[in-house]
Amino acid sequence: MLNEYFFVLKAEWMLIAIIFLLLFLKVGTSDWKNETLLYGINILLLVNLLVGFFSNLEGGLFSGMFHNDALLILEKNMLNLGVYLVSLIAYPWLKKHEHVLEFYILLLTTLLGMFFMISSGNLLLFYLGLEMSTIPLAAIANFDLDKRKSSEAAMKMIISSAFSSALLLFGVSLIYGTTGSLVFTEITPLLNGSALQLLAFILLLAGFSFKMSVVPFHLWTADVYEGAPVAVTAYLSVISKSAILFIFLQVLYVVFKPMSSEWYFMLFFLSLLTILLGNLFAMRQSNLKRFLAFSSIAQVGFILLGLSAGSKTGMASVIYFLLIYLFSNLAAFGVIGLVSATTGKESIDDFKGFYKTNPFLSWILAIALFSLAGVPPTAGFFGKFFLIMAGAEKGNYVWVIFAALNMIISFYYYLKVVKAIFMDPNDQPIEKISVPALPKLAFVICLSGMVLTGLLSWIYEYIHTLSNF
Amino acid sequence: MNLTLFLLFPLATAIAILLASGLKQIRVIALIGSLLQLALGGKLLMAYYEQRAAGNQSQMLFEYVQKWYGPLNLQYHIGVDGISIAMILLTAFVVVAGILVSWETEHLSKEFFFLLVLLSLGAYGFFISLDVFTMFFFLEVAVIPKFLLIGIWGSGKKEYSAMKLALMLMGGSALILVGMLGIYFSSKTAAGAHSFDLLELAKMNIPLARQMLFFPFAFIGFGIFTAIFPFHTWVPDGHASAPTAASMFLAGISMKLGGYGCLRVATYLMPDAAQAYAWVIILLATIAIIYGAFATMMQTDLKYINAYSSISHCGFVLLGIGMLTQTSINGAVMQMVSHGLMTALFFAAIGMVYSRTHTRMVAQLGGLLKIMPFISTVFVIAGLCSLGLPGFSGFAAEMTVFMGSWQNPDKWYRLATILACASIVVTAVYILRAAGKSIMGPLGSESYQNLTDAKWYEKSAAILLIAGILVVGMAPFWLINLIQPGTEFIMNKLAMVAPGI
Repeated sequence: MLNEYFFVLKAEWMLIAIIFLLLFLKVGTSDWKNETLLYGINILLLVNLLVGFFSNLEGGLFSGMFHNDALLILEKNMLNLGVYLVSLIAYPWLKKHEHVLEFYILLLTTLLGMFFMISSGNLLLFYLGLEMSTIPLAAIANFDLDKRKSSEAAMKMIISSAFSSALLLFGVSLIYGTTGSLVFTEITPLLNGSALQLLAFILLLAGFSFKMSVVPFHLWTADVYEGAPVAVTAYLSVISKSAILFIFLQVLYVVFKPMSSEWYFMLFFLSLLTILLGNLFAMRQSNLKRFLAFSSIAQVGFILLGLSAGSKTGMASVIYFLLIYLFSNLAAFGVIGLVSATTGKESIDDFKGFYKTNPFLSWILAIALFSLAGVPPTAGFFGKFFLIMAGAEKGNYVWVIFAALNMIISFYYYLKVVKAIFMDPNDQPIEKISVPALPKLAFVICLSGMVLTGLLSWIYEYIHTLSNF
Repeated sequence: MNLTLFLLFPLATAIAILLASGLKQIRVIALIGSLLQLALGGKLLMAYYEQRAAGNQSQMLFEYVQKWYGPLNLQYHIGVDGISIAMILLTAFVVVAGILVSWETEHLSKEFFFLLVLLSLGAYGFFISLDVFTMFFFLEVAVIPKFLLIGIWGSGKKEYSAMKLALMLMGGSALILVGMLGIYFSSKTAAGAHSFDLLELAKMNIPLARQMLFFPFAFIGFGIFTAIFPFHTWVPDGHASAPTAASMFLAGISMKLGGYGCLRVATYLMPDAAQAYAWVIILLATIAIIYGAFATMMQTDLKYINAYSSISHCGFVLLGIGMLTQTSINGAVMQMVSHGLMTALFFAAIGMVYSRTHTRMVAQLGGLLKIMPFISTVFVIAGLCSLGLPGFSGFAAEMTVFMGSWQNPDKWYRLATILACASIVVTAVYILRAAGKSIMGPLGSESYQNLTDAKWYEKSAAILLIAGILVVGMAPFWLINLIQPGTEFIMNKLAMVAPGI
């Protein structure tokens, strides 16, 4: 029994252990140099990541409130990997920061919340996990302590997430009212698509849409992404979005399976709006962080397309895409973060002529953008292709054609950045930036991820076998 | 013979280029890699003849299937027939010539040759693939190198052209994507799964309604790559802004990807729809031929002249495919080969002139024959081939298309054939005018006096391409015999079409 408590909750225990270790370090008086601390923490995170692959135990705990299975282990490993990469690329920024330990404590707390959220088998635990993953996040969005924009971002984030939580909670209460239960497995058979349940679902969907920044619930995204420190933006756009999508997959595919024809059409309209508006706004951005914010909104629209399949392939394609998206987006944010930390420049115009001075970073950023645009041989091509393929399964070709045409728009704005880097002349390009070892490691990991995840088909096949739906 | 070598050679070359340093090393590596690739192409041709002589009648030779993405039933399936071999040889010729003419690329030479090799990798992969998914994959692999080649090393309004080209080709890809997904979800293999496998798909009949819906997507998608009217606008800007080697690759290889796809994917897999839509294809092709020819007359820039004439010439490819007779399809494939060699030669000649005179304007040139006889001769040969002089490849190919088209008894189709024939007169006008003005007469400028003739690498590039043109022109039956078995399978599939559609 004790064994079970330990191994089923292993990923969570690991995080808790690291958090407490950092707390002790904080409370202890000795002054550590930032570099030493960061190297130490990154080693801890690496250990955490590696341990995640071994001796995992599947099963349920607390009478079904918490459960763990092979797919969840994979998802947690993905999140661990993402956090490790975020931590690596945050190095140039954190090196000069006074509150490194607090940053990691808050960051890992949100990760812990996400783990509980995606493992939950009960709406209560789900809600708890969600809040645990949001509130500390608002605190670290404010981590550029001397910048007004950063505080503004945190404020916007806390307000919008409180609002979305309220919507979610209202949905949860209606679910409880109509079915008399909060347990996922008990809710499903009692769903009959009555008006009240439909309303509950719509509220839940709105809450989720807020967190995933689906149009029209996306308004907070761009400002928060722009204001928050780059590492936090990367975390928000990759890790927390992935986590929300993981639980959203469970909620749609398992809990609300009886209402699949209803949610199919909701997803359809949300996706059309999200892809189109995300793309149109991304085209007009001049700040790279805002640009990536809107482009990631459009990406979510594509994810919804794959999600709509409601099948094993749909589930696999979404998780697979998120893995690729993790590598690509973090690589892009890594470069931007490094440039922003050393020179303070974040606008697309500043990146003109970047290739002359920084060929290595230029290629990383370009390949990341190609991967986001879905151009082979990068993995992004496979990710997008499989999403669209999953979406075509139901024969809704309007949606497929719409997505395919929107890929051209997205291609345009990604190429615009590539053009600035490689082609546009600039008298004063960003000077040569030396890449510290830790971000370099992150770039190498991301690069191999962006190339190999696509060409090696067993990664997809593995995810497909786990998509137990 | 292991066809995967066609991917491994460029890959190895590309990696070697990345590791090398200095223009001298890089260009030698690129040249050796491309020559090896050419030799491999020759070996493939020999092996093909051996197999056929030994009585091997199967549609595709040297097939190899490897499961890739099992749950979705995607495969890495490769194999070649005569059509693909012709295309592979064309690619190998153009790549060698393209690398030779870029011998002195000083600016970012490593990236330049790397991207050229990557582009050729995409083309080889496309031509050996027998799975629509892998074809699509390789088709798109070639898009980014084109964008960067034009945008970084191009001239004129290069950023605009690069963006236009990339977006229009991406648009083509998007249409192909829809078309291929339509095919995929209409298919059902014996095991009950969907498939992208070309040969599997050819065995089954896609329902007519599905074909009618998805054929336009697939055909126009691939058509954009081969400058189908009205989606031809990327061609002039793209070609004109590109550096010489990239123009050669674009016109010589990349536009052929589209024609090959139109034939192999759209027409072959959806024959009923191909017949039903034949009139649209022929209409668009005829417009492209005539419009291209007349538009060329108005051009004053040599590169634009060749680019617009490419639109006209690629119209013949589509016309041949649209006519759906065996001779016309043979002609279409021949025209692809011929046009590939010819425009590559033309662009090479223009590049050589431009690198010396620093102008491509016909009005500013003149009297080049006296100063650079070799380059001028190359220029004239390319021009004569373009206007279809007997003895060169252009004549053989266009003749075959016309003969094949005439076999189609429909009177409107014959009208289209006549109109297309008439365009040759226009071609003669602009070619003779441009060639006459730029190489005959008084010198365009006094400064031309000190210019030198072609260097060894330029000469070898030109001779290589001219040799190809002459072989196709003098012995067209050699090429027809090579592609005939391939087109027969396409004709058989077309013959199975229910009558009355």
